Amino acid sequence: MRLRLSPTVGEEIRKHGAHGYPHEVCGALLGREIAADGDGDRALREVTAVLPLENRRDDSPRNRFSVTPEDVLRAERAAAESRLELLGWYHSHPDHPAQPSEFDRAHAWPWYSYVILSVAQREPGEMTSWRLADDRSGYAAERIEVA
Amino acid sequence: MAVKVMIPTPLRSYAGKSDHVEVAAKTVGEALSSLVAQHGDLRRHLYQDDGRLRSFVNVYVNDDDIRYLQKEATPLRDGDTVSIVPSIAGGTDILFCLVGTVRGTERKTDRNVCPITES
Repeated sequence: MRLRLSPTVGEEIRKHGAHGYPHEVCGALLGREIAADGDGDRALREVTAVLPLENRRDDSPRNRFSVTPEDVLRAERAAAESRLELLGWYHSHPDHPAQPSEFDRAHAWPWYSYVILSVAQREPGEMTSWRLADDRSGYAAERIEVA
Repeated sequence: MAVKVMIPTPLRSYAGKSDHVEVAAKTVGEALSSLVAQHGDLRRHLYQDDGRLRSFVNVYVNDDDIRYLQKEATPLRDGDTVSIVPSIAGGTDILFCLVGTVRGTERKTDRNVCPITES
């Protein structure tokens, strides 16, 4: 599985992560499914826009993020208005690797792409993307391409 | 009562690729039970092992969040639309603990218990 980010999209996510440090930031990934999951390694999604969202976890924003259902509906509307799909979500891990946590897994659905950006001392670093397995047992890595 | 349950995009592959499923139900709980009875693979993504809805799964009747109605006991009328909308959550498994409060310094710990320190 591959997730193609335009250079602008990659930069926007990095800037958002750095700007929000030391708090986690989050947002929606909008784009198109070019080749669906059934196509194995050829499966490809293209993210052409992001919608930065407010982290609603004001009680623990350094290690948690939350997007309300109202913001999810807003992201769906924004995607539809641009004739795009809501493909998934991004969030940052301040001073922590770009690996999904157990908390991430427990709160995920399959199909969505979950992009994680590591931000160390305000410097954006590794960015990874993941999709939850059908049986919720873990994640499959999605290869990020910037093009 | 015949009601329509809207299936969010990520879960459509577990519901015959449909964007909605028609069910007969008098309450939201009945509608969701009927949905997962028809499409069993949906269950694990909507419900925890103890049978409660997952904390990030939100349900609306028409435009109203059932948390502010009667939750899963919310009654349904013929023609109602039930929507399933996730909230998105995540984060690291690290807790940030305030230590040395006199100095106001902060450090992180990878344990699930904040260290007891003298300040």
